[in-house]
Amino acid sequence: MKGFVGQSSRPVANEVEKGAIRRFAAAIGDDNPLYRDENFARQLGYRSLVAPPTFPRTFDFGAIPGWTLPTDGLIHGEERIFYHRPVVAGDVLYCRRTLVDVFEKSGSIGQMIFLVFHQVAAEADGDVVVELRSSIIHRPTADVGGGMA
Amino acid sequence: MNGKRWRVGEALPELVKPPVTQIQLVQYSGASGDFNPIHTVEAFAKAAGLGGVIAHGMLTMAFVGQMLTDAIGERGQLLEFGVRFRGMVRPGDVITCRGTVTEVSDVDAGQVVTASVEAVTQDGTVAVRGDATFRTGLGRAEATGQGGERG
Repeated sequence: MKGFVGQSSRPVANEVEKGAIRRFAAAIGDDNPLYRDENFARQLGYRSLVAPPTFPRTFDFGAIPGWTLPTDGLIHGEERIFYHRPVVAGDVLYCRRTLVDVFEKSGSIGQMIFLVFHQVAAEADGDVVVELRSSIIHRPTADVGGGMA
Repeated sequence: MNGKRWRVGEALPELVKPPVTQIQLVQYSGASGDFNPIHTVEAFAKAAGLGGVIAHGMLTMAFVGQMLTDAIGERGQLLEFGVRFRGMVRPGDVITCRGTVTEVSDVDAGQVVTASVEAVTQDGTVAVRGDATFRTGLGRAEATGQGGERG
């Protein structure tokens, strides 16, 4: 896995849709009208519905060529999001991920491999809108599933 | 321009969410695209040694995000928000989100505020813990990021 450190996916165009924002807001039980009522959002100066803060985690950031993320025994360790401007419906964001670090630790639950990804969502002209840093823990010894991600 | 002035040590208004439900986990799987069966398929989660389905970590982070946006208001913007996932959340759990201001600096018409944040279950188990930084006292164009030229 170490050989893939520094490798990036090719950017994937993500269209931010009103319906997707409304369904996300409903799922998290947040009744903020900015996520549901387009007229309300416009009155406040937004072009359309606003996305909740953790919505960018749902973007497709693409796959790193030649590398498959293991699906079993994954634990979401940490998530950090940097906001350059609010995400609004109608945005078309070009999203890619880079594997920035891989390191191993052995703890009480056995061997753990930490995968650190840096993900960027940018406009067509390259202006960055949101960045995310995700730390995923892979336990090669875990039999099935087993994670809190 | 913006009435609210935060001070170090001040608590953010607490948010108590309704109990997490299995339907909500199905809803969140669909809305987020995270279809890991440990969140939705009871038999799979049991076979994985989890004792039953557990909530997505990102769902609990979203609850904390709601507390933050409620606190920040419409003339502010979230700049950075990060958490570590520490404990499992299960259907029936009641999550309380809270935060405390740790740093404040005055800028132009507003402030840049940093707060420690966490989400805990009804028995006090910490589900997520982290920090967030936000800006207050922005003009409408700055707050919405839609004023044409961005700085």
